Amino acid sequence: MIKPVDILIVGVGGQGTVLASKILAQVGLEIGVDVKVSEIHGMAQRGGSVVTQVRFGQKVHSPIIKKGGADIILAFEKLEALRWLDYLSGDGQIIVNDQQIDPMPVIMGAVQYPQGILDTINNSAANTLVIDALTLAKEAGNIKTANVVLLAILARQLDVPKEVWLKALENIVPAKFFEVNRKAFELGYK
Amino acid sequence: MKNLLSGNEAIARGAYEAGVTVATAYPGTPSTEIVETVAKYPEIYSEWAPNEKVALEVGIGASIAGARVLVAMKHVGVNVAADPLFTFSYTGVNGGLVLISAGDPGMHSSQNEQDNRYYAKFAKVPMLEPSSSQEAKDMVKAAYLLSETFDTPVMVRTTTRIAHSQTPVDTEKRQECQLKEYVKNPKKYVMIPAYGRMRHKVVEERRMALEKESDASPWNRIEWGDKKIGIITSGINYQYVKEAAGSASILKLGMINPLPKKVITEFVSQVDEVYVVEELEPFIEEQVKSWGLSVIGKDVFPRTGEFSPELIAEKLLGQTGAEEAAAAAEQPIPVRPPVLCPGCPHRGMYYVINKLKLKVTGDIGCYTLGALPPLEAMDSCICMGASIGTALGMEKARGKEFGQKLVAIIGDSTFMHSGITGLLDVVYNKGTTTTIILDNRTTAMTGHQDNPGTGYTVNKEETVEVDLLNLVKALGIKRVIEVDPYDLDKVEEILKEETVADEPSVIIAKRPCALLDKSVQPPMAIDQDKCTGCKRCMKLGCPAIVLDGEEITINYTQCNGCELCIQVCRFDAIGKAGDK
Repeated sequence: MIKPVDILIVGVGGQGTVLASKILAQVGLEIGVDVKVSEIHGMAQRGGSVVTQVRFGQKVHSPIIKKGGADIILAFEKLEALRWLDYLSGDGQIIVNDQQIDPMPVIMGAVQYPQGILDTINNSAANTLVIDALTLAKEAGNIKTANVVLLAILARQLDVPKEVWLKALENIVPAKFFEVNRKAFELGYK
Repeated sequence: MKNLLSGNEAIARGAYEAGVTVATAYPGTPSTEIVETVAKYPEIYSEWAPNEKVALEVGIGASIAGARVLVAMKHVGVNVAADPLFTFSYTGVNGGLVLISAGDPGMHSSQNEQDNRYYAKFAKVPMLEPSSSQEAKDMVKAAYLLSETFDTPVMVRTTTRIAHSQTPVDTEKRQECQLKEYVKNPKKYVMIPAYGRMRHKVVEERRMALEKESDASPWNRIEWGDKKIGIITSGINYQYVKEAAGSASILKLGMINPLPKKVITEFVSQVDEVYVVEELEPFIEEQVKSWGLSVIGKDVFPRTGEFSPELIAEKLLGQTGAEEAAAAAEQPIPVRPPVLCPGCPHRGMYYVINKLKLKVTGDIGCYTLGALPPLEAMDSCICMGASIGTALGMEKARGKEFGQKLVAIIGDSTFMHSGITGLLDVVYNKGTTTTIILDNRTTAMTGHQDNPGTGYTVNKEETVEVDLLNLVKALGIKRVIEVDPYDLDKVEEILKEETVADEPSVIIAKRPCALLDKSVQPPMAIDQDKCTGCKRCMKLGCPAIVLDGEEITINYTQCNGCELCIQVCRFDAIGKAGDK
């Protein structure tokens, strides 16, 4: 049994955060911890800011994580990493995909996309890991597997055998997409 | 091993295990996955009804015919189904019927955050409220017994955090349930005044019997702790309370209508100070206070939005509950509101509407996102189906000339749901309103469910596809035109013509949702030598077209290749990524 861990997966609607959290939750179940996952469907999914909260522990009550309570934040996009940074615990780790997706207020020129996000995060968080998931996903053969690349980076941080992750991946991804996703996972896990 | 199920999946599983054979719903966040999941069980007949009223009516028929029935909808859907619900409370059931009402505090995907617990009290039916997926499953099963024992429909209330949180569930085998015998019984099921008066007395007796049941119910339980603070709570807030103030004494309510008066009175007498922790309205608080008991509720807790463990810790214990955090960002963080997807067929229509400066009465669906910047192409949006009636009302109030600068916008599924009657009124009462049906061949916002216009059932079986064009004609509309919303010139030409016409018209903008079309088109790119920076393409409000310093560029990871921007550009600066 791994120690209790609270994980936030944040990103932009359409980036595949829901699939990643599904696999993560499945892994929690496999290793026999209490698991709670909270996510939001519907309108927010359409290109909006999305967050999935995953909690593993002996006994988990609330499915949502407190500010400063996340042990790990897995951010699919830089601005979203910044948005949720205050949910990271003092000694937590944040994994940031080095990708910029402009939100509509930025596209319209109403506000600027913040500069130097990675520096800001690096200076605040105890442990920052920056990943270029799109490049690895391209290498795997499909940029849509960036979510699985990022999941694999997260997998490296948790004390769970790789086989458990691959089994969960196989259970959840449609069979015809398994191979490309497995490749993406391997590239991220290396 | 346990299964990790969302509240919605657990409700579906509960219905399956309880031997349900009929399930019906209209999709609505956060309830949609219930019947989507039920539909995977071949033992259960499942359907998407055209709206929630019909869904409940089908459920009532199945119940009278002797089946166990599940009916599911979002909170505002119960408004639509309220008419049959209130009278069904009088007739009672034959086979058990459970109605799921999925609320949305915080309005993640809704137009209001009404508290549907009042429906149970108003319609005098019992209501259960689970705190986890396991309870959701178990309560649904218990609800069928309650329904058949007390001859009443039973409501089970969830909120978004229950419906969409996944927690472990023990599954059990299905109990096959024989159809109850069908016996014609007009005094029970024909609600003419004479019989209705008799049934009302039965309902009042039932209400009193249910009050006793609630006091004895295992779903209402006390977890004794520190007796300085007592907390009465239910649903997801029970979990938040356990997290934030687990050492307090807690009365966890699972049967929330009728409330267990004796249990609550006993609990209040045993603790020094009692808080009622409930999201939205003081449903529990006001009833408890009406019994002369002293509790603290909305004086401390907000009446709007969702709660959280932090909020409860702060209000109860005066501490923030937040742990030491990594330093928060000091710079302002731009918001990221939802947007129409790249390639969305609704985008072109809004672009032209803005160009022609038309007013828009809107409706509920993905296309409601046209209300947000930069399109901002919507003047009103009230509820499912309201666009057409609202447009007629505006025209009647301000005259025909105003009506000629006005369109009603409604999606295909929403039109089937409750737009048809609005259009009927336009014809009948001689409006000239132009209605645009955005027919994207699906119910998109809730996650692509079929509807009577798609030609498929919930199980993806082929069925009769409503002939939208002839349906509209049959209502008495003479001017009906179909158009591809990707063809901007044609859309503009038609809109100009139809809005000024002296009779009502309907424009059917037909193209499948961009997320349904899995074919991969090459992304667009901008030739910077030709681009003058006029930003005309940016008026489309496409999230793939962005400003990179001084240059306008197209984000290839976002672009889906719809080519609307090519049509809009006056300088031939946009083309397929390989060509430019």
